[in-house]
Amino acid sequence: MHSTELEAQDSKLRTDLRDLAQDIVRRAMNRGATASECVIRDGDEFSTLVRLGQVETLKESGSKAIGVRVFNGKRAASTYSSDFSRESLDRMLTSALDLSRITSEDPYAGIPEPEQLGSIRGDLDLYSADVYSLPGQERIAYARRAEKAALDYDPRIKNSEGGSFDAATGHKILANSHGFVGEYRRSYCSVAAVPIAQSENGAMQRDYWFSVARSLSRLESPEHVGKVAAQRTLRRLGAKKVKTAHVPVVFDPLLATSILEHIFEGVNGDSVYRGASFLAGKLGQKIASQNVTVIDDGTMPGGFGTAPFDGEGIPTRRTLVIENGVLKSYVLNTYTAKKLGLQTTANASRGLAGTPGIGPGNYFLQPGTKTPQQIIGEIKEGLYVTEFLGHGANLVTGDYSRGASGLWIYGGELAFPVEEITVAGNLKDMFLNISEIANDLEFRGAVASPTVRIDDLTVGGE
Amino acid sequence: MDKNRFFFEHYGLTERDLERYLAAALSAGGEYADLYFEYLSSTSLMVDESMVKSASQGISAGCGIRVIAGERTGYAYTDDLSPERILHAARTAALIASGPAKTPTIGFQKRPARSLYPVTLPSVDAEITAKVELVMRADQAARAYDPRIKEVRASYADELRNILIVGSDGTFAEDSQPLARMNVGCIAKTDGNSARGSAGGGGRVALDFFFGEKTPEYFAKESARQAILQLDAREAPAGEMEVVLGPGWPGVLLHEAVGHGLEADFNRKQTSAFAGLVGKRVASEKCTVVDNGTMPWRRGSLNVDDEGQPTQSTVLIEKGVLKGYLSDKLSAKLMGISDTGNGRRESYEHIPMPRMTNTYMLAGQDDPHDIVRSVKRGVYAVNFGGGQVDITNGKFVFSASEAYLIEDGRITAPIKGATLIGNGPDVLTRVSMVGNDLKLDEGVGTCGKDGQAVPVGVGIPTLKVDRLTVGGTAKKDTGGFMQ
Repeated sequence: MHSTELEAQDSKLRTDLRDLAQDIVRRAMNRGATASECVIRDGDEFSTLVRLGQVETLKESGSKAIGVRVFNGKRAASTYSSDFSRESLDRMLTSALDLSRITSEDPYAGIPEPEQLGSIRGDLDLYSADVYSLPGQERIAYARRAEKAALDYDPRIKNSEGGSFDAATGHKILANSHGFVGEYRRSYCSVAAVPIAQSENGAMQRDYWFSVARSLSRLESPEHVGKVAAQRTLRRLGAKKVKTAHVPVVFDPLLATSILEHIFEGVNGDSVYRGASFLAGKLGQKIASQNVTVIDDGTMPGGFGTAPFDGEGIPTRRTLVIENGVLKSYVLNTYTAKKLGLQTTANASRGLAGTPGIGPGNYFLQPGTKTPQQIIGEIKEGLYVTEFLGHGANLVTGDYSRGASGLWIYGGELAFPVEEITVAGNLKDMFLNISEIANDLEFRGAVASPTVRIDDLTVGGE
Repeated sequence: MDKNRFFFEHYGLTERDLERYLAAALSAGGEYADLYFEYLSSTSLMVDESMVKSASQGISAGCGIRVIAGERTGYAYTDDLSPERILHAARTAALIASGPAKTPTIGFQKRPARSLYPVTLPSVDAEITAKVELVMRADQAARAYDPRIKEVRASYADELRNILIVGSDGTFAEDSQPLARMNVGCIAKTDGNSARGSAGGGGRVALDFFFGEKTPEYFAKESARQAILQLDAREAPAGEMEVVLGPGWPGVLLHEAVGHGLEADFNRKQTSAFAGLVGKRVASEKCTVVDNGTMPWRRGSLNVDDEGQPTQSTVLIEKGVLKGYLSDKLSAKLMGISDTGNGRRESYEHIPMPRMTNTYMLAGQDDPHDIVRSVKRGVYAVNFGGGQVDITNGKFVFSASEAYLIEDGRITAPIKGATLIGNGPDVLTRVSMVGNDLKLDEGVGTCGKDGQAVPVGVGIPTLKVDRLTVGGTAKKDTGGFMQ
């Protein structure tokens, strides 16, 4: 219904920035570059935080920036600017061309081949103007409602870091000297609550919950978000330490995504070609338990990791990363694919400057059939982990050690909250010891996982 | 060009313009408004496989406008520094208030400028070939250290941040803040075994720092040494035990355990585990902790904070007793405390909040050797990755990347990286020995809070903590120990 109107807006934006990107590419070539690529990002953001019913911050703004990457044969360099004046853009180009004389010749450097470039067709459902449709007072009301639902849920919720509502839109343009030009817009909105509960002895606990969507119409109600935030906070009250033990650990879905991210880092072409990952050279081998199937799919309509093309202008695709525990594919961009003698998986991520990195599309673990309750019900003694502190994973060795809190499982039940403990093991074993995967897959970001159970971890405590 | 007239000369700004923008920001009332102009230029270089694979430069400029009305903050920014766009942003930020327009103070109070980082030639303007030399030398030195070093990635990054801050109370501050850093990452490999090492450093220094004081070879050797050492690391123990922290970067303990919890915003909102503890004992008598933004050349130092307030040295804990908080303008006003000059922000796109600068513990009396000798069974941790804290329940972690077992008072085998976890409000009460060897880190720290990253420093002398939980994996029967 709104599509004609949106089209009109898109075509207007298209003329300006698309032309500019193509113009920069042309000018780089005219000044002697052998290949070049220009990226433009343009975005708006709105955010509000309400605390104890009062507006605490309101922020509203927009910004844009441009980056160019040039090649001087096999030497690459890049520059960027937030200033779009003629002189600044000239200076940006000059610096890029100058820098490309001092970098090293790298036989694998370059932009993709012309036949690789393109964009997937169809409406990917990434942009909805309704994220900005609420009048100012109603946006504030969203944040206030989420916080109020949390504060009203239980008298032990005594304080709050607030309720928030955020909205943003982003517009990306990419052009290169093979004639590729593409662009897309994405929108986003979220509502969150961060309540604080206090026990009788004065000890405080904080937790949070949120909903995020590309369209306001798909956002969960602030009341629901506030209630879940309160429940998550209350269940932490009275947490204690436990004795050091070797037990199964159940990762709640938000934390299980961190295990998936470790796999991603381990099969990332950049870590693989340098041998900086224990998963390097493991294609075709069993690296995880039989029930593990991991997929990266940049094409899912409406997805948080969806785009019509990747950071180098290659159409996004679906990649089977792990199938029944066997590593089927690394995740690659053009450079790392060439280094490894493989084809890119269209996972190039592109900042304004530097060489393209590697990032996920919609990257997830296939769900199983049991409910999380069934999985917990089967454990005599173990840990249900709901929060990690710190970043103690080493992909070179697989060594894994993180601060944690959660709930102690006793006799198949969530018995009492625990904190000030560590969870440690080695990722090599942990991937192979994923013994259960629940049926609760839900996307709250580009990376998603159901609840998982991993056996034989060390929980460090007293 | 006078570096402290940057925006006036670059963008043709006049003081009259600034007053006009502030008036627009206060057009709907509010008690205070400020403008933060920023012009950031940066360079980065990376060598991998002995090739300079990436070189980039860029500029980012903009203006952030803040309006404070009671406890409310309105914020808007623009990357277009034309008067129309700035006025538009000012009017957007003004929407937070609802009342009669307020008139800003006429005339700005310019303070004499301090100069903690007086570089004559900022490194961003230095010859790029010299920077290429740095990363190539680092690569060579790391590879030369040991044939088992198979992969080296060395990077160099610098920036120059020119800022101008003006406030409706007459605040006027300009600064030109250089920052440079080198980093070397190594991977050592033997048959079937790999390990990594990492080292780096820098500060608010000019390029010559890396040709004199701390050379690429220094960082490269340190990185390679760690990687080789880790090849033979044993499993770390698990559970509570005595922990000795080496001097310098292990000061990340203070940053996480007490620093964040003492930032005034959390205490104003009573969401910190430290709320209401001023005047109370939170550490052993041997502990005095300060946050000092005035140390020359340091990564965490600033002539003025991002609200235009001169930085200072603030005592957080004195002989074990909590003395006060780190504040910014808003929390100082609302809590009726003084502004400690800790209002910082990542960029013009961000609202300032209380942040640390260089946070460290003063040296004590103990000989570091005696400290190690006093431990029967424990862990000696000398290098860390990073850390994190939950300020509400006080639990914090920091992850050791180089650590050893202490057995019968002697440092023995290296152990694998492990996370240490503790409780902020009481961990320092268990500090039983404090070394006489205070050291600050090499200049690598970046602190994240609410999505904003700012450079910081940390430091400690050698410390003994009587009980801390170590997150290793060793089972009793595989050589480590558990309690």
